[in-house]
Amino acid sequence: MNPLALIGRVFLAFMATTGRVVMFTGSGLGHCVRPPLYPRLVLRQMIDIGYYSLPVVGMTGLFAGMVLALQSYTGFSRFSAESAIPTVVVISITRELGPVLTGLMVAGRIGASMAAEIGTMRVTEQIDALVTLSTNPMKYLVAPRIIAGVTMLPLLVMVADIIGVMGGYLVGVNKLGFNGATYISNTWQNLETMDVVSGLVKAASFGLIISVMGCYHGYQSRGGAQGVGSATTNAVVSASILILVANYCLTEAFFAK
Amino acid sequence: MSTTPKIELIDVHMRFGDKVVLDGVDLVVEAGESMVVIGGSGVGKSVTLKIVLGLLTPTSGRVLVDGQDVTRISGREREAVNRKFGMLFQGAALFDSLSVWQNVAFSLIQGQGVEHEAARKIAFEKLAAVGLGDDVAALYPDELSGGMKKRVALARAIAAEPEIIFFDEPTTGLDPIMADVIDALIVKCVRDLGATALSITHDMISARRIADRVAMLHKGKIIWTGPIADIDDSGNAFVDQFVNGSAEGPIQMEVRAL
Repeated sequence: MNPLALIGRVFLAFMATTGRVVMFTGSGLGHCVRPPLYPRLVLRQMIDIGYYSLPVVGMTGLFAGMVLALQSYTGFSRFSAESAIPTVVVISITRELGPVLTGLMVAGRIGASMAAEIGTMRVTEQIDALVTLSTNPMKYLVAPRIIAGVTMLPLLVMVADIIGVMGGYLVGVNKLGFNGATYISNTWQNLETMDVVSGLVKAASFGLIISVMGCYHGYQSRGGAQGVGSATTNAVVSASILILVANYCLTEAFFAK
Repeated sequence: MSTTPKIELIDVHMRFGDKVVLDGVDLVVEAGESMVVIGGSGVGKSVTLKIVLGLLTPTSGRVLVDGQDVTRISGREREAVNRKFGMLFQGAALFDSLSVWQNVAFSLIQGQGVEHEAARKIAFEKLAAVGLGDDVAALYPDELSGGMKKRVALARAIAAEPEIIFFDEPTTGLDPIMADVIDALIVKCVRDLGATALSITHDMISARRIADRVAMLHKGKIIWTGPIADIDDSGNAFVDQFVNGSAEGPIQMEVRAL
């Protein structure tokens, strides 16, 4: 086969998929603001995404903060700059590690679950049944998940930020010999509103990415158990990659000079 | 005097890539009749049904419901047309996350905005109509046998008292006794509602029980239509072979050597 033709085909397939995802996202977002809405389904998804993700997000934040404090100390002590550790920990956590690690963990937990649930509904004709029962599947299945994803991720990131900073504090005070009051004072003085806001905006974006990827791949799944398995894998992989790409773009938008 | 057919397919073509599934299907289903489309596996029976339901859009041709062209409608128009429909899926397609009565009441609560308690009452009535007691109502679909799932799916299909009911292979996977029970329930429910029914099946025993008229689909075309009473004297070699279940005849199965 002509290599140029192959490249062309791959490019066209990529563009077609991108177009389908964009249209799916637009349709899903449109249904989030047009009645009827399903408050019970939204609440159920909020509990699933928000409440049940708390343990994994909390543990991730705690250990990320602890490791960050330890590693920063190892490097900064060479330049006698240990006093900068609280600042490094809080800025790293709020700007980057909190949103990105939370996003990746939730992508693994929730993105996979959404793709598997909707994919199973697709291959067992439950989505077709919704249509025949005069219920729009985008409104009934996709919109509640998008609303829950976009609203719950910022809350989870706030929790991850607080626990992450606490992890740094625990290591700083108990292992590295910082004074507790000084550590908190340094943390608070050098934290700016934009550090937290940028992290929360990122979190909302990641929530959209996770829910859209989970729903899209589930919705498009075909061919029984194998198709649902592929949809689950694709949802997690694509959400994770898009989170990293979106993270760079948003960092560039917020902080590039 | 001519009356508007309940469902009409006019020169419907459907292809998936290079594969032609429907090649000019013409079919008329009159109001109040039970039409059964028969045909071998893979001839496009399910695709025909999905096109009428709006789950697939045909490559060309038109679909009319009560004289209204519904071929390419979407959104709220489609939802309005689908309110006339009830559908029994081959695999029942019950919602796993909802209990039996919630499945049955789904279209009442979500589609028609009926109050929760009123919908629950109707669901129990419909379950009773298909021979299921109150004890089943609180169960979940994975706790039911195949026959019970079909009954619940039938109760769901008739819950909103639709004008048109579709049955996709209603007896597939059931033992002969349960198949007879389901067929009898289909006939009873359709008659009680005064509904029009469009079924697809390759089970001739079931077709004889539930059909007023039969259409045979072969290689993407309707090759014979007539009353069920005429099926044994159709004068069509394809129909004769299918009805008798014979390997010999004009329909040749494509079997590849291993």
